[in-house]
Amino acid sequence: MTAPTLRRKLEILADAAKYDASCASSGSVKRTSLDGNGVGSTDSGMGICHAYAPDGRCISLLKILLTNFCVYDCAYCINRVSSNVPRARFSVQEVVDLTLGFYKRNYIEGLFLSSGIIRGADYTMEALVRVARTLRLEHDFRGYIHLKLIPEASPELVAEAGLYADRVSINIELPREESLSSLAPEKDSRTIRKAMGGVRLAIESGAEPARKARPRRFAPAGQSTQLIVGADAASDAEILDRSAGLYGSYGLKRVYYSGFSPIPDGSSRLPPARPPLMREHRLYQADWLMRVYGFGRGEIALDGGMLDLDIDPKLAAALRDRGDFPVDVNRADRERLLRVPGLGVTGVDRLISVRRYKRLTLEDVKRACRSLAKVRPFIVADGWSPGALTDSAGLRGLLPKERPRQLELF
Amino acid sequence: MQVVRLASETDFDGWRAAARRLRKTATPPETVFWTVAPDEVLMDGTPTGTAGEPADKGRGQSGDFRVSREFVELARSVVLHRSPERFGLLYRLLWRLEAEPDLIRIVTDPEVARAMDMAKAVSRAAHKMKAFVRFRRLEGVEPESYAAWFEPPHRVLERVAPFFIERFANMRFSILTPDATLRWDTETAVFGPGADPSAAPDDDALEDIWKAYYASTFNPARLKVAAMTREMPKAYWRNLPEASLIPGLIASASARTTQMVEQAPTQPSIRARKAAARLARDGSYDDVPQTLDEVVAGIQICRRCELWREATQGVPGEGAAQARLMFVGEQPGDQEDLAGRPFVGPAGQLFDRALAKAGVPREQTYVTNAVKHFKHEPRGKRRMHSTPDAGEVRACRWWLDSERRLVRPRVVVALGATAALAVLGKPTPIAANRGRAIPLPDQAQALVTWHPSYLLRVPDEAAKAKAWEAFVADLGMAWGLAG
Repeated sequence: MTAPTLRRKLEILADAAKYDASCASSGSVKRTSLDGNGVGSTDSGMGICHAYAPDGRCISLLKILLTNFCVYDCAYCINRVSSNVPRARFSVQEVVDLTLGFYKRNYIEGLFLSSGIIRGADYTMEALVRVARTLRLEHDFRGYIHLKLIPEASPELVAEAGLYADRVSINIELPREESLSSLAPEKDSRTIRKAMGGVRLAIESGAEPARKARPRRFAPAGQSTQLIVGADAASDAEILDRSAGLYGSYGLKRVYYSGFSPIPDGSSRLPPARPPLMREHRLYQADWLMRVYGFGRGEIALDGGMLDLDIDPKLAAALRDRGDFPVDVNRADRERLLRVPGLGVTGVDRLISVRRYKRLTLEDVKRACRSLAKVRPFIVADGWSPGALTDSAGLRGLLPKERPRQLELF
Repeated sequence: MQVVRLASETDFDGWRAAARRLRKTATPPETVFWTVAPDEVLMDGTPTGTAGEPADKGRGQSGDFRVSREFVELARSVVLHRSPERFGLLYRLLWRLEAEPDLIRIVTDPEVARAMDMAKAVSRAAHKMKAFVRFRRLEGVEPESYAAWFEPPHRVLERVAPFFIERFANMRFSILTPDATLRWDTETAVFGPGADPSAAPDDDALEDIWKAYYASTFNPARLKVAAMTREMPKAYWRNLPEASLIPGLIASASARTTQMVEQAPTQPSIRARKAAARLARDGSYDDVPQTLDEVVAGIQICRRCELWREATQGVPGEGAAQARLMFVGEQPGDQEDLAGRPFVGPAGQLFDRALAKAGVPREQTYVTNAVKHFKHEPRGKRRMHSTPDAGEVRACRWWLDSERRLVRPRVVVALGATAALAVLGKPTPIAANRGRAIPLPDQAQALVTWHPSYLLRVPDEAAKAKAWEAFVADLGMAWGLAG
């Protein structure tokens, strides 16, 4: 058997890593290479997406596994031990060279490295840490690094990983506790939670003002996780409760929702199906309402535990709570304005800024938010009142249909 | 009609100087024609024609007026836009600012909105340039050097240059655009006139590897072409090596997905089947624990109530295995839940101070909680403590009773009402019962006092000091009784 080429290894190990939705390069500290010897910079704000694949996903980081050999048998995973997909393993040097080569050509913001579990947790974690250590210490690489943590790895290795990585993550994957034990028998949610708790403590102790010389901060871009949607029977209500709990308990920067996708050589325990992309999209919207718009979990409109697939969750909430509308754009506070369908954070801030100087008309609202169709039934403005429109039974049918743009293939 | 000839397409200083002069002479916007000098004036050339008035001349004279920083920043961006109307639009806004000083904040004004749109387009072009420039290594050149050909929709090279310099400070590179070029030699940045694509290398050996990555990271089951083109508009594709793969990836996506869905699962290899034979992970937790280690292990897998679902871990008691004095709190808090140890958060720190004051060595006592998992409600980005109910307290007595049976303390101190319920088996008001020993069925004695977190919440300073004294006295009394 001849050894696979670098190109073939990359194909196998990128394919093996792509079911992890996270590719963010955001939220770290500001760094440049001006006072260093290598390349790389990061910003405290948003990251950069260097390319987009035809699946609409951003390509920001070189997202690969160190190896896709794995002793675990998680039914949803392409890399489970019982799958017959081709296997490969990178050397530390190969990953380092690829990262630097791609980075210098401005293809990527950095590296997102994960791995199958081989020969135990510490062995695997040590290999991941060695790549990050080589990049940071030997090459003075100042770009973004996201490392997957192995929950069972020793605290010393996790601590070292946090020193080199901007972000760390541990994936929960299955929203229901019971499905983890049936579909991912080797994974242990208790170990995962303890590890996430340990990461939160490490991040918080690093963020406190240091007494002496401040050591490198532990994972300045925080931690994230992923829930697979549609692999088990969990409802949207259960999923949202689960992520609300995770945000509160572990200070996560993001919970990623990944519609369960068919994989090569799928498991008979979990037959492949088309991914529930619209459901995934609605979950992201509901998550966003809770995190950015300050919606309480009870404000999210659910029907039998599920989000409405045809309309966005903010519109669904407004149609349910029509008694709270119309909202007067000239008087309402920010919190109320943010609950108007079709008005985003930017639009609301614009309206609040402009109304200090003049009375807002429908024309002003149109310029602030670009499209009036969704907004009009829910607001009062100078010279405009929706009258009976807000409460009309057929309102839902009058609103513009959202094109299900993700489903064009089928 | 006045004709103003600016030195270059991005000559902001020239525009500013001319606009100032025109404004001062009360020249109405509709009588001004803005244009740019022919190409022979280079980027670093001095401004010519009517625009060349020094920027500071005439400041403070009558008829002069100030504009906000916001407007200047907006104008700096708008000047980089390719629209020929940009200089005139900016001068019209400047003209209107005298009568309408807040104009720039009225973003719904059509002219302000137009300028804002142009600034936004420039900002987006700058961001996309950071993303979509692709360097190619110059073959056979040492030290290693890179060059890129790029066509930005607006003239943003100078704006984006600091980003590339900070990122690739120790790398030699050039960025060539039709409008201007940047060369960086690890020390100095040199800007030059627009270039031709033939001046950049036409290949790089690593591009094939990058394209292999691009194709492999794409998931054909999630085709969303519109989402891709919204963020990576086709105008950029001709300078992106990976974009040549897009039509083929789209065309084959449907067949690849169908194949994955319809393909029958293959049989796992023998290696895999051997690995699959494993022990059941969870042991039984119905046997009465015979050691404190069994208590610790049992709490981790306990399902006697539902609190385990949202908690990080069960938090067992800790301390001397044969302690004469046992403290029972309510339940772990946020910090205890993360650390897996009792009384380490704010209430725990207060408890430690009170113990020290009362002369009680914590390490010679056993400290635990009535309920072993943290009960809480998510509230935004935090989680708020909620009090365990009687059912949860009852369920968890399995573990507390085991700890009491194994440690055999002479005195058990219940800290707060929940602990009192767990230790004494019935609701026991604290204020009415503190300060006296209550006999327990197992020959030990119980004392009740406040939970330390109660002391943290007493609002009135005098009352707080009094409660603190009483709390310390209770701890001291317990230590005396246990002695």
